Amino acid sequence: MMDCKQATRLLSEQQDRNLSRREKFALKFHVFMCKACRNFGQQMGTLRDLARSYAKGEGNTPRQSEDSNSNDK
Amino acid sequence: MTESVPVGRGGMEAGRASGAQTLQDTQFLTELRQQMLKFARLQLRDDDQAEDAVQEALAGALKNADSFKRQAALRTWVFSILKYKIADILRYRQRVIATSELGDDEHREQAFMDGLFDSGGHWHKAERPSSWSGPQGGVHSDHFWRVFDACLNGLPEKQARVFMMREFIELESEEICEQLTLSTSNLHVTLYRARLRLRACLENGWFEPSKAEEVTP
Repeated sequence: MMDCKQATRLLSEQQDRNLSRREKFALKFHVFMCKACRNFGQQMGTLRDLARSYAKGEGNTPRQSEDSNSNDK
Repeated sequence: MTESVPVGRGGMEAGRASGAQTLQDTQFLTELRQQMLKFARLQLRDDDQAEDAVQEALAGALKNADSFKRQAALRTWVFSILKYKIADILRYRQRVIATSELGDDEHREQAFMDGLFDSGGHWHKAERPSSWSGPQGGVHSDHFWRVFDACLNGLPEKQARVFMMREFIELESEEICEQLTLSTSNLHVTLYRARLRLRACLENGWFEPSKAEEVTP
């Protein structure tokens, strides 16, 4: 059976290439049995979403606290 | 990139805070410029080239600034121009840099993997990824993005560069391999290592900070 190291490698690679049918099957089986790798797989998607938001400048929105100056006076 | 967006028609005087005005808002512009510089430096690791890319992206954006009513839309637009500029610079660089500069330290990587997985290839107990659906999930606060920044900065250079080309600039695998003269399997393993590091860093720094405390001696 596939181990966690192999499973996580495939979970990363499926972001970049199509897995073969055999890889998909073995991965599915492993992930079904292993919660840690299931979480890892979800995090791969989250990581991609986060990176895309960041690259739109979203991670760089000005801080609220800096605006607080305008309340002075 | 080249598409020209129609400029707002007249007769809509009321509430028209156009992009041109937005770009005259000095505080907004100064902040935007700082954010872009940070983003460009992170990827280019060269201050002069980062300055140039930001300058060109801003100049490019200025031409179409009128069509942006909101600052958020303008920011997205300017960042997308900046991404193209960075991709261009990286593309050009490929011809100039020796790839050896991008070497990865195999000993360091081996030690890193041993820290995550046992000899049977299973997660060490303390390293098992947890669910990110807790109270911290989905919260993209300013503080979160600072953690994200720190995690990116903590990546080894080659991994950071490849990850950013793939996930920020959204280049296809083939193009990254070509630009950096990497084999496909080399690209995959590099992205894998970057993702392992980033997810661990985000989990310890943001999603499950208590877990990190348990582990630290």
